Amino acid sequence: MTLDTVKHATGTPETEQPWAELGLKQDEYARIREILGRRPTGAELAMYSVMWSEHCSYKSSKVHLKQFGEKAPESDALLVGIGENAGVVDVGQGYAVTFKVESHNHPSYIEPYQGAATGVGGIVRDILAMGARPIAVVDPLRFGAADHPDTKRVLPGVVAGIGGYGNCLGLPNIGGEVVFDPCYQGNPLVNAGCIGVMKHEDIHLAQASGLGNKVILYGARTGGDGIGGVSVLASETFDSTGPAKRPAVQVGDPFQEKLLIECTLEIFAEKLVAGIQDLGGAGLSCATSELASAGSGGMRVELDTVPLRDATLSPEEILMSESQERMCAIVEPDKVERFLEICEKWDVIATVIGEVTEGERLEIFWHGEQIVDVPPRTVAHEGPVYERPYARPEWQDALQADDAGKLPRPGSGPELREQVLRLVASPNQASKAWITDQYDRFVQGNTVLAQPEDAGMVRIDDVTNLGVAMATDGNGRYAKLDPYTGTQLALAESYRNVAASGATPLAISNCLNFGSPEDPGVMWQFAEATRGLADGCLALGTPVTGGNVSLYNQTGETAIHPTPVVAVLGVIDDVNRRTPIAFAEEGQLLYLLGDTAEEFGGSAWSQVIHDHLGGLPPAVDLAREKLLGEILIAASRDGMIDAAHDLSDGGLVQAVVESCLRGRTGARLIVPDGLDAFTFLFSESAGRAVVSVPRSEELRFNDMCGARGLPVARIGVVDGDEIEVQGQFSIPLSELRTAHEGTIPALLV
Amino acid sequence: MTARIGVVTFPGTLDDQDSLRAVRLAGAEPVSLWHRDKDLKQVDAVVLAGGFSYGDYLRAGAISRFSPVMETIIDQARAGLPVLGICNGFQILTESHLLPGAMLRNNHLHFICRDQRLRVENADTAWTGDYEQGQEISVPLKNIDGRYVADARVLDELEAEGRVAFRYATSGAAADGYGNPNGSLRDIAGITNAEGNVVGLMPHPEHAVEPLIGTGRTDGLAFFTSVIKRLVTA
Repeated sequence: MTLDTVKHATGTPETEQPWAELGLKQDEYARIREILGRRPTGAELAMYSVMWSEHCSYKSSKVHLKQFGEKAPESDALLVGIGENAGVVDVGQGYAVTFKVESHNHPSYIEPYQGAATGVGGIVRDILAMGARPIAVVDPLRFGAADHPDTKRVLPGVVAGIGGYGNCLGLPNIGGEVVFDPCYQGNPLVNAGCIGVMKHEDIHLAQASGLGNKVILYGARTGGDGIGGVSVLASETFDSTGPAKRPAVQVGDPFQEKLLIECTLEIFAEKLVAGIQDLGGAGLSCATSELASAGSGGMRVELDTVPLRDATLSPEEILMSESQERMCAIVEPDKVERFLEICEKWDVIATVIGEVTEGERLEIFWHGEQIVDVPPRTVAHEGPVYERPYARPEWQDALQADDAGKLPRPGSGPELREQVLRLVASPNQASKAWITDQYDRFVQGNTVLAQPEDAGMVRIDDVTNLGVAMATDGNGRYAKLDPYTGTQLALAESYRNVAASGATPLAISNCLNFGSPEDPGVMWQFAEATRGLADGCLALGTPVTGGNVSLYNQTGETAIHPTPVVAVLGVIDDVNRRTPIAFAEEGQLLYLLGDTAEEFGGSAWSQVIHDHLGGLPPAVDLAREKLLGEILIAASRDGMIDAAHDLSDGGLVQAVVESCLRGRTGARLIVPDGLDAFTFLFSESAGRAVVSVPRSEELRFNDMCGARGLPVARIGVVDGDEIEVQGQFSIPLSELRTAHEGTIPALLV
Repeated sequence: MTARIGVVTFPGTLDDQDSLRAVRLAGAEPVSLWHRDKDLKQVDAVVLAGGFSYGDYLRAGAISRFSPVMETIIDQARAGLPVLGICNGFQILTESHLLPGAMLRNNHLHFICRDQRLRVENADTAWTGDYEQGQEISVPLKNIDGRYVADARVLDELEAEGRVAFRYATSGAAADGYGNPNGSLRDIAGITNAEGNVVGLMPHPEHAVEPLIGTGRTDGLAFFTSVIKRLVTA
C-alpha cells in the first residue's frame, strides 16, 4: 500500500476515506477538508477523528461546562484552572495540590481488569504531567445489580485491576464509592481520581515553546493496543451485534508507570523540561497537537523514530495508539543529554522524535515524507462545538409525582428493627471492606484516614503535619429525580464529608457520567446538572478546577441514571486534628446537627424496602451546608468532638451503625421531640451530621452551635455493645456486624 | 555513634521512603542504597523494603536477587550484617537463599490489605530484641503473594531451631486482625536465619511507627530500635 503523503492527498481529492468508521460525522469530515483546503491524509484523518471524538473534544458538553468558569467563586486558592491536565490549588506552606477524576467506563465493561487498571494509570499520568508527585488515588465505582451474574464478571475484574495497578504503583487508595443499581448493568462506571502534591514553583504546563527545543517521547514502546479506543469506544453505544472491541482496550504495565513517575520527578527536580504532556486518550495525536497548539511556534515530528513494540504498525496506527505509560516532553537542546541520562538510570526508553519549529504548523514525517501538515489548534482546541437540543423528558413529572412519602412505613419497634437490619445489609449500604481491602491504603506512610472514613486524608509534610483530604460522592437516584438538585446534593455530601473529617474544603473536580447527548432528555439532565453544580460551587465558594465528561453511557435506548460524581478537596493545617467516624469512647454524647424532615425520595430505604424510585430528592440548603461545615471544622480544631459522621444515604441509622462498628462500641439513642422514630432513623435530609462529644466539651459545643444558629439535638450516648433505640428496639453489635459485613463477600466470593 | 541503616531501592520498590522514615524515627541515620550500586556506603544494617521490584515479573524477587547491590548484601549478610526483608524484601531474601522457603499466591487469590495480629516467636534476633517472647503486635499486612511455604523437613527444622520469628495470631476474631490471612504453612509470617541477623516477614512494621498514620499503632518501631541497640552494644 502506498504511503498517503500530503502530496499524494493533494493529488487525489476523490479518494474515498473511512471517516464514518472512525466515528466522524459527514459535516465534520467536510470541515476538515475545508480547514486543510484538500482531503486529509490517512494520518491526518486519524488524528482529527480521535481528537474530535466526544471524549477528547467535549463537543457536546463544552457549551455547558463554560458556566464553571463564568460562575466561578472568588478564590485565592486556585493556581491553575480549567483547561490544563488538572487544576492546581494552593494549600499553604508553599505547597500546591492538583487533583482530578476521570472515567474509564466503556473499556472497563469490555475488559474489566485492563479497563480499570489503565484508568488508574491515565489519571496518575495527568497528575504527574502537572509537575506533582502523585500521593493518593480514589475510585468511585458503579455496577449493575449486585446479584446479577454479569456483576460477578465485571466487579472482581475492576477491583483487581484497580488494585493490581495502583498497588504496584505505590499509591495509597484512600476513598471512593461502590454503588449497585440495575441501570448500570450494561454500563458500569469506573471513575478514577488522583491527588498530587508539589511546591508552587514546580507547576508544569502542557505547552511546546522555544524554537529548536526538542520533543522527547519517553516511557513504554508504542504498540497496537488501544488503537482508536477514544473514537470507537468512548463515543458509541454498545451494540451486541457488532464486532468484538477488545483490541481497542489498552493493556497496562504498572511497573513501567512506577519507573516513569520516579524518572519524571527526578527530571522535574533538575528543571529539565519546558513543557510536558502525558499520552492518554488519542496517544501521540493528542500529545503533539495539544503541546503545539498551546505553545508558540510549530512542531516537526519524525514519526519513524518512535520506538515500537510491533514493527508492522502503520503511521496512522502509531498516531492513534493508546499504549500506556508514555509521556512527551519539550526540552531545551542543552538539557537533552541530562534528560536522557536520567531516563537511562530508571531504565526508561527515551527518544528525541522532533522539535519545535518556526511557523504555526504541526508537521509529521514518515521516513522523510510528509504525512501530516495541519494547524494544531484545529486538531486540539478548535474542534466542533455542538449546541445539542435539550428538553425535559416527558416522564419527569410522573416520576416526581410518585411520592416516596406514600410508601408504607414500619409501624412497630420489631418492624423498624427488621428494616434497619435489611438496610445495613443491602448491597449499597453494606461494608465494602471486601473490595477496599484489596487496595493498599498504607503505602507512602502518610495515610491519616482511608475508607470507610467520610474522607480520605493524607499528610503532605511530616514536619508541619499539613494534610489534604478528599471525598467523592454522587447519587444517581437523586439526580434522576431532579438533576439540578441531585448534583447539588452530590456536591453538598462531598463537601460535608471533607468538613466532617476536619479539613476545610477548597475546590472541586468532577466526573459527569451521562447517557447519549443525542437524546434531548439526557442533554437536559446534563444541562441541569452542570447548572446545579456551577450554582452550588458559587454558593459554597469552591471553584471547579477541572473535570471529565463521560457521555454515551447507555445500552440501546436506555441511559444510566445521570451520575455526576463530585470530588471535593480540603486542607487541614495539622492532621493531628482530624476527626474519624468511629464512636470509640463510652459515655460520650451523641448530637445530631441540622434539621430532619420527612424526606424519602430516592432514599436507600425506598430502594431497599420498596424497590421504589420516585418523588423529589431531599432539599438542598447550601448556606446551611456551609455553616455545618464551619461548625465541624471548628469543633475538630478546638477538640470539642472526637468523632463525626455525615448523614447521607441510609440516614441517621446507617451513620450510627457504621460509627459504632468502626469504634466497637454500642449506642443508646432517644428519638428527639417532634420526630417519629421512622423519620429519625431513615430520613435522608441533607445538611446533617452526627458527632460524638466528650462530656467535658458539651457546654462549649452547645454554646458554639447556639451562637452560630445551627440546630442541634442530643440524641443519645455511646454505650454498651448494642444499638438501642429507646422504646423501639435494640440490636447487638455482633448481629449488625454480621449483617453489614457479610453481604458483599457472599455475593462475590 | 549513630547507626547507619541502608534501605535499598530497586526499580519498583514502593516502601523505601516509609522504611527510611521508620529508620529515622527509631533514631538511626537512614541511607538510600541503589540497586545498581555494589557499594553499601558503610551501613551497619540493611532493609529490603516492600513493593513490586521489577514488577514481580518472572517471580516476586527473582530478578532483584541478581542485582549488583544484592551481590554485596548476600556476602555481607553471610558475614553477619543485619538484614531485614519486608514483604517483597522477604521474597528477595528467599530467592537469594539467605532464608529458606518461598511465597506463593494467597490461598484466596486476592490482594489483601489489613491490620494483622502477629505473635513474636523469637525475640532474640537482631531485629526483634525489643519485643518480648510471645508478645502480640499489630502491623499492616498487604500483599498478593504472601503465602509462606516450605517442605515439611524445612518447616520442622525452622521450628526446632526457633527460627520462626513471627506467626499470624489466630486466637481472636478476624475483625480484630486475627487469623492466618493467606494460608501460610504453620501460620508462619516471618523467619530468621540460624545466626539471627537476617529476618524476613510479609507484614509491614515500617507502616506502624507513628500514632497517627496508618493503623495508628507504633508496634513496628521496635524492629528498628532492636537493631540499633544491637549495633550500639556490638
